[in-house]
Amino acid sequence: MDDILKLDAETYKELMKRYMETRDEQSLYEVEQASKSFIQNNILPDEIVNMHIQALEELYPSLSEDIQYSMNFLLEAMIAYGIAHQEYQTLREKQSELKSEISVAASMQETLLGTTKPDIEGIDIGIISVPAHQMNGDYHHFIKGRDGSLGIAMADVIGKGIPAALCMSMIKYSMDSYPEDVMSPKAILNSLNRVVERNVDPSMFITMFYAQYLPSEHKLRYASAGHEPGYYYNAANDTFEEIETKGLVLGVTPDTAYPEYEMDINKDDMVIMLTDGVTECRDGDRFIESEEVLEVIRYYAHLPAQEMVNQVFKHFERLQEFELRDDFTLLIIRREV
Amino acid sequence: MNLSVDVVEETNKSIVNLAGEIDAYTAPELKEALLPLTKQSGHLVEVDLEQVNYMDSTGLGIFISALKSTKENNSQMTLVNIQDRVLRLFKITGLDEIMDINSAIRGGSE
Repeated sequence: MDDILKLDAETYKELMKRYMETRDEQSLYEVEQASKSFIQNNILPDEIVNMHIQALEELYPSLSEDIQYSMNFLLEAMIAYGIAHQEYQTLREKQSELKSEISVAASMQETLLGTTKPDIEGIDIGIISVPAHQMNGDYHHFIKGRDGSLGIAMADVIGKGIPAALCMSMIKYSMDSYPEDVMSPKAILNSLNRVVERNVDPSMFITMFYAQYLPSEHKLRYASAGHEPGYYYNAANDTFEEIETKGLVLGVTPDTAYPEYEMDINKDDMVIMLTDGVTECRDGDRFIESEEVLEVIRYYAHLPAQEMVNQVFKHFERLQEFELRDDFTLLIIRREV
Repeated sequence: MNLSVDVVEETNKSIVNLAGEIDAYTAPELKEALLPLTKQSGHLVEVDLEQVNYMDSTGLGIFISALKSTKENNSQMTLVNIQDRVLRLFKITGLDEIMDINSAIRGGSE
């Protein structure tokens, strides 16, 4: 460190000498470059003033005492800046530590909340979930029942970031603990509502759409706790319909009841589930309307479900001023036979 | 984006006039202004959302905590002049059925 300082002091003196003699732009440019390397080498402002004093004394031994005193005065004035700079360095180190801790937490979240897209004959499933920040506040989960049914939970925690992610683990483990005979959509939402109401901060809440697909009867049972409505694609008519549901978000009042609905799914029909990150997409100042999302889905409808959801996300990502403000999750199931 | 929060005090009633966007960045400001008002027993808090053209789910979270606070503190909250886009959020989440919401003056379609 002292060596670097000595070397820098020498460079500084030489540059200053040249500048005083020639007043050339080149010296000014070089000292600017040198100041960048001072910062890199952690040389504090008062040390630079000190270099300046030494250079002055060596170059102009007969300099008036007044100027020398004034330089010492300046030296004192710079000391607080030096301390502030050191604090800044420490904060930068702390920040990078935190960043790596968060990324550990994010990968742990992925492990904890991991779910595998099940392979079920006769239905094609596509899912994409992209977090807006490091940790995802959206959540989806597949549960394969012994009776061949498929349970699909799609949820969004409000409150973003780390608290939201932690909250999701709670939801997942509550769901895992339910015995299979109470896996009806309304029973699940009823009991999750109590879990959330008891355990979560009042300004945080969770929306969830829970669907159960019965492949043998080609029926979909579902209930919603204030979740962004999904869509049903009727292949015979080539139309989309919003899936209308009633039901309060989880965690607001303990005694909420969730009505359950049922619909028939015909060949090539699709069920689309999403989070508000999809419908709240923006292109600059413009909101992307849900009609536009559906048009894009229709455009890619000839593809297998997984490719379809990937292409839909890519489509929005390509928009010029696209900005992902919220976590984006899109799931599509299609009945194949 | 910005949110302006302007509170007018009347006898036993506060009118909170909001203008701008309510999102993760502006929500803390709303929370700070709104929650203390709901803690006065018997008080009516009227929130005017006519000038709010965007709200995300963070904003809903604030209104939910305010609603819970009115129940704990025996005060009342009413939301007035909600625009369609914002009202949609209250409808999807089922909150329109448990909150006192009046969209009739302008912007609401029902």
